[in-house]
Amino acid sequence: MAVRVQEGAFDAGAELNGFVQGRTDVGAVVSFTGIVRDTAGNLLEMQIEHYPGMTQSAIEKIVQEAQHRWDLSDALVIHRYGALKPGAPIMMVATAAAHRAAAFEAADFLMDYLKSRAPFWKKEVTGAGADWVAAKEADENALNRW
Amino acid sequence: MNVMYFAWVRERIGIPQEAVETDAATVSDLVAELVAREDRYAAAFADISALRVALDQELSDFDAPLAGVREVAFFPPMTGG
Repeated sequence: MAVRVQEGAFDAGAELNGFVQGRTDVGAVVSFTGIVRDTAGNLLEMQIEHYPGMTQSAIEKIVQEAQHRWDLSDALVIHRYGALKPGAPIMMVATAAAHRAAAFEAADFLMDYLKSRAPFWKKEVTGAGADWVAAKEADENALNRW
Repeated sequence: MNVMYFAWVRERIGIPQEAVETDAATVSDLVAELVAREDRYAAAFADISALRVALDQELSDFDAPLAGVREVAFFPPMTGG
């Protein structure tokens, strides 16, 4: 398991290529990359605040729960904080398993929990001002799937 | 104990963290003490159903006891991912 909380950019392709390099027991890798989206066409930047004392351990606990539920060969979570421009990668999740079902499901689980249980808060800065992104009820309800 | 605020809670209260001397038994009791202090706390805690709390970096709830807790953090629902 690797969990990285960082301000700097990451190369999702390079991360994915290195993820299970050299292993021969892995039959499936699933990855998700979250990118700063400019919905209204006026986004200057996305500011991501986090709780430094809690973030790393909260994500590690979520990954441990995924490892408990599915037979994973490995898991990777990278999540950025700070001021990010539209089009920049925010975070990525990768899961590896012998078979695809576990890799798909664990990645989906990790995304649902990272969205609502990892201590990050997004603020959109546009030409018209700055607003905190409100949590969606659908995101909270998504946890009930698991 | 150290009390921390994040996102719009931090903005409304105006500081990221502070040391608080309190005998509050529960998180709700601590909130009541803070709200009684100044309007900016009342503004931040106007609707605690819109807030989350962590005790010593673990998500908790407003009924939780504070005995032995060193760090309390208040923040809105998280928006990671």
